[in-house]
Amino acid sequence: MARVHFTTNLRRHVDCPSVDADGSTLREVLARVFENQQRLGFYVLDEQGGLRKHMMVLIDGQRIKDRDRLSDPVGPDSEVYVMQALSGG
Amino acid sequence: MAHVMVATRKGLFEVRKRARGWEVASAAFLGDNVTLTLHDHRDGTSYAALNHGHFGIKLHRRDKGGEWAEIASPTYPAKPEGLDDRDGWGKPVKWATQLIWALEAGGADEPGVLWAGTMPGGLFRSRNRGESWELIRPLWDMPERNLWLGGGADLPGIHSICVDPRDSMTVRVGISCGGVWTTHDGGATWQQNAHGMRFDQGPPEQAENPQTQDVHMMAQCAGKPDRFWVQHHCGIYKSTDNARSWQEVKARPSSFGFGVVVHPKDPDTAWFVPGIKDEKRIPVDGALVVTRTRDGGKTFQILRKGLPQKHAYDIVFRHALALDKTGNRLAMGSTTGNVWLSENQGDSWKLVSGTLPPVHAVRWV
Repeated sequence: MARVHFTTNLRRHVDCPSVDADGSTLREVLARVFENQQRLGFYVLDEQGGLRKHMMVLIDGQRIKDRDRLSDPVGPDSEVYVMQALSGG
Repeated sequence: MAHVMVATRKGLFEVRKRARGWEVASAAFLGDNVTLTLHDHRDGTSYAALNHGHFGIKLHRRDKGGEWAEIASPTYPAKPEGLDDRDGWGKPVKWATQLIWALEAGGADEPGVLWAGTMPGGLFRSRNRGESWELIRPLWDMPERNLWLGGGADLPGIHSICVDPRDSMTVRVGISCGGVWTTHDGGATWQQNAHGMRFDQGPPEQAENPQTQDVHMMAQCAGKPDRFWVQHHCGIYKSTDNARSWQEVKARPSSFGFGVVVHPKDPDTAWFVPGIKDEKRIPVDGALVVTRTRDGGKTFQILRKGLPQKHAYDIVFRHALALDKTGNRLAMGSTTGNVWLSENQGDSWKLVSGTLPPVHAVRWV
């Protein structure tokens, strides 16, 4: 199972401890994670299922390529980091 | 006692009258971008729209006497596979809420009904105080929607929603840039109602095309509901015939601005906050003023008492000028973080705070 971690900045809005989840693509893994945490899912993905504009996901240290369909492969021991770009003021 | 909610770039503030005068009494969502707020006078509920940037658009509700809690926000349905959906600039439209730009209560006879206007142009209705939302498909699916375009913003959006006090099924929306659309059947069918407006900065043959008029804000007189005012990108318009036609009105020092409010009983009395149009968007001569007409736009008074008259570069956004139900008290917030209040219809103003974050919206509670 892949291990999924979330940016600590999300914790101010919604509970999001690191979790283990099955799946061979990022889409499958996140679907499993958000199954019981729909509210968290909507902070990370938009209503079309794509990654929000200023969010980023690293799989084993590599930035994902498919931000819309989340088709990037995830291995059984992968570490997935849901991050945010830094912006604002 | 009535008070004011102020939605800002860094939180929601409530302004109340105390022994010493009006002051900021409380804060919520500190650090977060609160883009709009609504107080529903029918049931005492308050709403706050947040734009978290990274984490998207959220909506919070505070029941009467309760605490703020997150509720559902308007979301778009799945975009049909293969649909080439583009705005008036030819740019692809993403079916995702980018901003809640209008939030209004439904009619007195439909408790719990709310309307929300968004960028990129979808109108939503909730029948259950924001527990769930439906996209008004007939308006969204019109081919004319593909003519709408962003004005100062990247995307077209609905910023004004006027629920007709005579009939809750009649709703008019103002769109930047997409004119004025009216339904008489609760959203099932729609018609364009921006005839008479003029956009003078494009091809001359397109100037009077109602489909692309840049309405900045639209206000309906509660007591005389066939009377409307619009602050348009290119001037001020009024309608005396249920928005079927519009007549231009000229004001000094400028007819450019964002917000407009109309007296609840006297349709000839309305207020505006003028600025230099349009690439500058600052007060004329660095002096912030409010303009008021009492005769349907024939003449305007320039109101400046209590407002900064030197090196003031405050802009008052479209939702940041508000009139209370009595028609006597005005509240106004600016991009510079100033909030002013008037208790005499704008004749004089008092500064409530000069140190708030940039103000997006003010509302009387």
